[in-house]
Amino acid sequence: MNRPERYATPSILLHWLVALLIVVGFGLGLTLSGMPLSPTKFKLIGWHKWLGISVLALLALRLAGRLLWPAPALPGTMSPLAQLAAKGGHLALYALMLAVPLTGWLMSSAYGIPVVYLGLIPLPDLIAANETLAHQLKEVHELLNWTLALAVAGHVLVAFKHHFIDRDGLLFRMSLKQPRA
Amino acid sequence: MRVLISAALLLATPLAFAAPADLTQSRIGFAMKQLGTPVDGGFKSFSANVELNPAKPEAGKADITIQTGSISLPTRDAEAEAKKKEWFNAAQFPTARFVSSSIKSAGPNRYQVTGKLTLKGITRDVSAPFTLKQQGALSVVEGVMPVSRLAFKIGEGDWTDTGTVADEVQIKFRVAFPAATK
Repeated sequence: MNRPERYATPSILLHWLVALLIVVGFGLGLTLSGMPLSPTKFKLIGWHKWLGISVLALLALRLAGRLLWPAPALPGTMSPLAQLAAKGGHLALYALMLAVPLTGWLMSSAYGIPVVYLGLIPLPDLIAANETLAHQLKEVHELLNWTLALAVAGHVLVAFKHHFIDRDGLLFRMSLKQPRA
Repeated sequence: MRVLISAALLLATPLAFAAPADLTQSRIGFAMKQLGTPVDGGFKSFSANVELNPAKPEAGKADITIQTGSISLPTRDAEAEAKKKEWFNAAQFPTARFVSSSIKSAGPNRYQVTGKLTLKGITRDVSAPFTLKQQGALSVVEGVMPVSRLAFKIGEGDWTDTGTVADEVQIKFRVAFPAATK
């Protein structure tokens, strides 16, 4: 097994940090959507929003990172079609990481509830309050979340395929530790 | 106890004539903080009798009755919650009332009103600065009254937690009424 080139360390750290935030944010969203109103629900909604805004902010950093440090080349053993699918899949993940928090923020604005990041930094309302639109945005936000969940599941499955079936060492590109030679 | 409160309310009721407000030009809203996030609401249904002559503000009076069940909040869930026992208990306490006891001048077109606010069967002394403007044939008073929601047991049980919903609520009022003729 040859040692593939890794992503830049900041990109790797951001990838895992965002992965963690997405999993927790998704779990919180799922938990609070079925809860009756309570102080706990208010807190969960707050944390859910802060996680989403964090993902959005870190996405900007990740995109900047991609421009600064281009992604390592995919293994030559991958077919052109597989390489195209990988790039398309990553593009979809980036698009969803933008669309999911953005629709959440839009939805909050439409409900007439501002987003105050960490309870400290008030963010601007993206649109005026509009109840009908708020309900529609909620649906879109939920749908996009399930799409993101599917995309993440696909991302993980394909990563495992590379690691355990193809054994091409692709996972080491995102590893925090240097692979053993 | 209830009889006593009712009697107190009756005594506090202004006996002099006060003009009914133009409700199309009037608003009773409020602002509070949830986890540092400002959230606005209001009451769609209320009645108000206000009398204020800028030449003699100390003779002015205000008597405002709010239908607690007409509360509006950003989400339907929150509206339904606000009418429950822990909050306004709109079934048992359908109205809230403010009756002024004194109005004092506080500078040009600026005044301070003090009075009694009865909310959820609890009466407390409250006070608010406000401004007075003339809009054609209407006088418009506008101001913000800070109140402690917990002083009126608005939000009981788990909801007494001020970390999620702050204790201080700003009642924002704008009442338009026929201008004093003399």
